[in-house]
Amino acid sequence: MSDEANKGLLSPLRRKLLMGMAAVPAITMLPRASFAQAPATSAVNTTGLAVTDTEVTVGILHSATGTMAISETGSIEAEKLAIEQINATGGVLGRKIKFIQEDGASDWPTFAEKAKKLLVNDKVAAIMGCWTSASRKAVLPVMEQYNGMLYYPTFYEGLEQSKNVIYTGQEATQQILAGLNWIAKEKGAKSFFFIGSDYIWPRTSNKIARKHVENVLKGKVVGEEYYALGSTQFNSVINKIKLTKPDVIFTDVVGGSNVAFYKQLKAAGIDLSKQALLTISVTEDEIDGIGGENIAGAYACMKYFQSLDNPNNKTFVPAFKKLWGEKTVIGDVTQAAYLGPWLWKLTVEKAGSFDVDKIATASPGVEFKGAPEGYVRIHENHHLWSKTRVGRAKLDGQFELIYETADLVEPDPFPKGYQ
Amino acid sequence: MFGDYSLGDLGSIFVMQGFAGLILFSVYVLMALGLAIIFGQMGVINMAHGEFMILGAYVTWMTSNLFQTYLPSLFSGYFFLAMILAFVASGALGMLVEWVLIRHLYKRPLDTLLATWGLSLILQQAYRSVFGAREVGVELPQWMLGSLHVTDSIEVPINGVFVMCLTVLITVCVAYVMYKSRWGRQVRAVVQNRIMAGAVGINTEKVDRYTFGLGCGIAGVAGSAFTMIGSTGPTSGQLYIVDTFLVVVFGGAASLLGTIASAFSISQTQSTLEFFLSGSMAKVLTLLAVVGILMLRPQGLFALKVRK
Repeated sequence: MSDEANKGLLSPLRRKLLMGMAAVPAITMLPRASFAQAPATSAVNTTGLAVTDTEVTVGILHSATGTMAISETGSIEAEKLAIEQINATGGVLGRKIKFIQEDGASDWPTFAEKAKKLLVNDKVAAIMGCWTSASRKAVLPVMEQYNGMLYYPTFYEGLEQSKNVIYTGQEATQQILAGLNWIAKEKGAKSFFFIGSDYIWPRTSNKIARKHVENVLKGKVVGEEYYALGSTQFNSVINKIKLTKPDVIFTDVVGGSNVAFYKQLKAAGIDLSKQALLTISVTEDEIDGIGGENIAGAYACMKYFQSLDNPNNKTFVPAFKKLWGEKTVIGDVTQAAYLGPWLWKLTVEKAGSFDVDKIATASPGVEFKGAPEGYVRIHENHHLWSKTRVGRAKLDGQFELIYETADLVEPDPFPKGYQ
Repeated sequence: MFGDYSLGDLGSIFVMQGFAGLILFSVYVLMALGLAIIFGQMGVINMAHGEFMILGAYVTWMTSNLFQTYLPSLFSGYFFLAMILAFVASGALGMLVEWVLIRHLYKRPLDTLLATWGLSLILQQAYRSVFGAREVGVELPQWMLGSLHVTDSIEVPINGVFVMCLTVLITVCVAYVMYKSRWGRQVRAVVQNRIMAGAVGINTEKVDRYTFGLGCGIAGVAGSAFTMIGSTGPTSGQLYIVDTFLVVVFGGAASLLGTIASAFSISQTQSTLEFFLSGSMAKVLTLLAVVGILMLRPQGLFALKVRK
């Protein structure tokens, strides 16, 4: 449905227009006096958002406490870094970004409550936040009712699209298909064993993966297993893996279970340098807890690795470490969270307004050339065009880039033939 | 489902599966022992049991870091010291908690549930503030990783064997202390009749404090051992608490033998079902079976008198 419109964006005329718009912030950035030239608040804010002549307020809504704090801390750090950098280069439409941070406390109703508070009381212009699908689903009706704008960083299962959300992580087909194609071609893999945590993301992802393995790659799924969130015992399933001898173990186990799974896999004598394992749930953040020695040799399929060798990433990683400590690692979602404030800034400047409706319409086609992952562009469906990459875990907890798609992969949250 | 496999394959898988069940059994016993003492002997519903375990895990992590920095030559043996330190740290915290909080609640056992639940939240946030919200990776000495290669298809995980030995050792120690030593007799006397025990000259407050400390200390050792098989983060303790209570309640409070029998039956059911069904279904069926049996035998598998 969106293809036509998107091709329109690539026409030479539109591209020139876009380039022109991209140049606008550069002009406002130059002299300190640019604040004086900032457009009048009444012109850029017609819906009563928290925008003054010098400041604009956004919300950060993640879990700083509770189970999910493990994962969401990185996102908070990345968003703060992005805001700091944007402010250092002149802000948005000549206004400094001020943020209000709320704690979702790993509790989904709390997320909805805090989102409402940010939109209704604080009148924030945008919210960077949420991590689990459950928290996003809780916040979504609030965003739609009060017409807010959410920048959501996590790779997720797809099957959703909203005027009020920009999805800066990959949806499932973007993340999974290229990885499966690669491993089928490279390793001649024919048989796959799926193991995941028992909730919506792994189940939807595995459904997509199964269809792809069976219909496209003509391979076989020899096992599909789910364990309750927080399970710490995987010896039985590891025995099943040994019995079925799959070419590839495909995993989307999350949280504390992840650590238990890889430690027990290693203890059971499964050598990941010989047994191919493809995961879509382990980033550098998770390896911190798992321990590089337990997972070295595994392949991960996502869009960003801290070790990516490109100019943007080479400035991003040191900046992040400078702010948050030398030992901090940066995973896929952390990078996606970093994109949120930048994409919002670029969209505001393209729209010439903070109004949510105008931002929602202006979003498609917005490109961010400074993304640490390379280059991203917002699609008509509010997801990002991005490359998919396969990395191999090393002993030091970093990934070595093994493969990346030649072109950007189109986001397809409602994949035909995969549901 | 076995049609495609050779007899040799099947044989070795059954051996491996047997080990998997035994390892799960040891893990259950180890995590439930501390609680069996606290809940079973003292009637305190300790919801913070998981957090005492994680304190042990963090102590292990710190010890490992210390050894890596200052004594790299002795790194291969650090784990034993770490377990002792974990016991001391969790035990000391347990005694402090007993003195500050629990001793005021002996007459209101249900309130201990709320108080220790609050304590668990406080401890989680404390870990988060001190050690950071992210999980930490505990590095193990080389000899504790990997597996013993028995035949081509039978591999025994070393950490599993380690947990088994540790469980046997601790169970024997606890059984000795509780049933043979003078102090154990005092504990049981206090459990059976607090007033009479006091009247014959037993310092019941002191006995309470040490009993609680011992339970927490064992939780610390368990947490230390579980760094080999699980994660170490501020909320990792929550992963164990449900299973722990399940084992203790099913076994019948106040009975060490009950705890062991219950850990054995739950782990074997779970592990066998996991092999034939999926992980989630295995859990559902195990829980259903436990609920069914508890309906018929509300006092658990083995029951002794509990302090009222």
